[in-house]
Amino acid sequence: MSHDKSSPDHLYHHFYDVDQQYETSKLGMWAFILTEVLTFGGLFVAYTIYRAWHPDMFFNANLLLDVNKGLINTIVLIASSLTMALAIWAIQLNKRKLSLLMLFITFLCALGFLGIKYVEYEHKFHLGQLPGEYYSYMGPEVVQQIHDQEKIDSYIASNNIFFDKETNRLYTMNNPHIFFSIYFIMTGLHGLHVAIGMGLIAWLMVLTARGRLHAGYYTHMEAVGIFWHLVDLIWIFLFPLFYLIG
Amino acid sequence: MSGTNQNYLTHPKGIMSWLLTLDHKRIGLMYLFGGLFFFFIGGLLALGMRYALATPEADFVTNDQYNSMYTLHGAIMIFLFIIPAIPGALGNILLPLMLGAKDVAFPRLNLASFYLYTIGAIFFIYVMISGGVDTGWTFYTPYSTESHTNVMGTTMGVFIIGFSSILTGLNFIATVHKMRTPGLTWYKLPLFVWALYGTSLVQITATPVIAITMVLLMLERLLGIGIFDPALGGDPVLFQHFFWFYSHPAVYIMILPAFGIISEIIPVHSRKKVWGYKFIAYSTLSIAFIGFLVWGHHMFTSGQSVLSQIIFSFITYFVGIPTGVKIFSWMLTMYRGQVSFTPPMLYALSFLFLFTIGGLTGIFLGAVALDIHLHDTYFVVAHFHYVMQGGTIVAFLGGLHHWWPKSFGKMYNQTIANICAIGVFIGFNGTFFPQFLLGLRGMPRRYATYDALGSEELVAQYAATHGSSTFFSGILGLSIFIGVMNLLWSLRKSNKLDPGTNPWGALTMEWTHTTSPPHPHNFEEEPVLEHGPYDYDKVIVQPTLKK
Repeated sequence: MSHDKSSPDHLYHHFYDVDQQYETSKLGMWAFILTEVLTFGGLFVAYTIYRAWHPDMFFNANLLLDVNKGLINTIVLIASSLTMALAIWAIQLNKRKLSLLMLFITFLCALGFLGIKYVEYEHKFHLGQLPGEYYSYMGPEVVQQIHDQEKIDSYIASNNIFFDKETNRLYTMNNPHIFFSIYFIMTGLHGLHVAIGMGLIAWLMVLTARGRLHAGYYTHMEAVGIFWHLVDLIWIFLFPLFYLIG
Repeated sequence: MSGTNQNYLTHPKGIMSWLLTLDHKRIGLMYLFGGLFFFFIGGLLALGMRYALATPEADFVTNDQYNSMYTLHGAIMIFLFIIPAIPGALGNILLPLMLGAKDVAFPRLNLASFYLYTIGAIFFIYVMISGGVDTGWTFYTPYSTESHTNVMGTTMGVFIIGFSSILTGLNFIATVHKMRTPGLTWYKLPLFVWALYGTSLVQITATPVIAITMVLLMLERLLGIGIFDPALGGDPVLFQHFFWFYSHPAVYIMILPAFGIISEIIPVHSRKKVWGYKFIAYSTLSIAFIGFLVWGHHMFTSGQSVLSQIIFSFITYFVGIPTGVKIFSWMLTMYRGQVSFTPPMLYALSFLFLFTIGGLTGIFLGAVALDIHLHDTYFVVAHFHYVMQGGTIVAFLGGLHHWWPKSFGKMYNQTIANICAIGVFIGFNGTFFPQFLLGLRGMPRRYATYDALGSEELVAQYAATHGSSTFFSGILGLSIFIGVMNLLWSLRKSNKLDPGTNPWGALTMEWTHTTSPPHPHNFEEEPVLEHGPYDYDKVIVQPTLKK
């Protein structure tokens, strides 16, 4: 480490050299990843506890999720992790255009993921499969014959549902609303990360297009790459835990 | 060389050069004054409560106001003062100087973390204006989901300040790992750096859990997600687990930096090499680790199984081992040293005394059987304040006096500072020692009045003890106020130290390699390490205090 090295303009004043700057940024990013893991960790704990308490509820509620859409999203996200890695590989070889293309595909995958998630959410909002006290889904038969009070009563009797007159809402004794609370919070927080990741990838595309990133300096891309793989990895856990319990 | 007269306080000039500064020393100062402001507010709330408790009846504040006062006192002191004060203020100013670095690893992130702190503080001010919050700083469900006071604003504030804390921790970890000057190996680091490093590890691993817990609490209030609501099949005790999974380690976020300060003050003012350097360094890390395994001892009465009570109680005692190692190492450092009774040293000595009482009463509370009796009484209040105020705040004041000449190039009136340090010690013991007795006699905490708690005789006993506690809290408040004013008064223009002054004769790099106040880029030349931080046996360095 010395000052003799010609200092490139992307070197911040408080570092000795580019290597130190690169290593420091990477370490900071990994520390941030640890923070992220702990953030989701709290939610995974909540999931584990409620699933241990209500295994049947989790099983039944999981049947209401669309496995195919979840599977497609998993494939889309894994593919985007691959293209992200390829973008870094390309910038290391100074192939700027290829890197830009890979970033663009990553961005599209993220957009696709959120699109599919939107369709899923929209469907659940429509059916009333909502978190907590807004949960109002009564099962397929009752929804179809909503005007038939007797049918509703018998459904309530046979399915362990109770009607709370104060809030005018239906609850099942099996608490699927808790399942949906956890589902929406975890996938929602994950979706927020995907959206933030899209912003970061768009920023990388601007930097790459302007020639700010190249084989000698691609710290930003490396850091966003680490973040993006984390987002992917969290989904890899969320998918089986919510969609594949059966 | 024109650079010799430059220092970070005057160069560059202008308000924007402060608000947009990336200089860790300036950010540290902004943290310092922000923290001191909220220390003042939190202190006023505390004195107000002491005044209200001097008599058994409600004659000064209503019950609702009292609830708001203790909640805001706790939340402001913890989230806006104690947690950010040492790492945010002293840590920011000193860490790069102690490492021989030009700045922290991520200066812009550092500024961002200060502004997150500011935004969180604005939320707290908004809560105070909008009528307060009455859940206690612990926000226990189910009450916190039902309270009509401003729980949302407070939790939002805590959430945002949490991120400020995470970013500071992340920054410090990267700084300690990667920014050390060549030759400064881990075992040559000052112990304050080790302490900040241990703190930062806890900050980045525990704080995200409180962040997500606050999100869940807000969603519970907004959407009724039911995770903490028994009416919807949720479990309020889960909130307690989440809360204490952060808030117990958070106690070490608050105390570890204080240990670091004491580890700096004692060898310097005893002119002796620190005893058991590696013991102190590793005990910091082991406290940080064990701190994650003991949260259940806050919940002995919440219905956890006897087995988990015993396990948590057992692990809790382990915290005493590394803490004892530290206390004995400091005492052995002073043994046969030339102890001088300077203001920082007086604070360090009262720390040793007060923190030891705090730690030993922690053993009372860690025992399940005794805790069930003492739970939610003034015994807990007294224990907590012995650790947090007697420990952290006293150490913070000591550190402030120790590094004040470094940060500003000015020396305060040491006689007044010494009197204040003694006043803090007397006032503190007079305020909080009676509270142990109150707690043992069953006085519950968080009560605005106690005239209906029992027989007339008992109420009279309570009133007498509360009265003396209130009297001494006045001495405590006054001593701290005058002590801080004495520091601020030293900033007047006529009062200047020679830039090369090393008033305590310290050997750490911030004293030996740069001026007071330091150059904007910390060191005019790349610092070369010539000796360890505590080599008083090898290097002769004299305290130089010239006007």
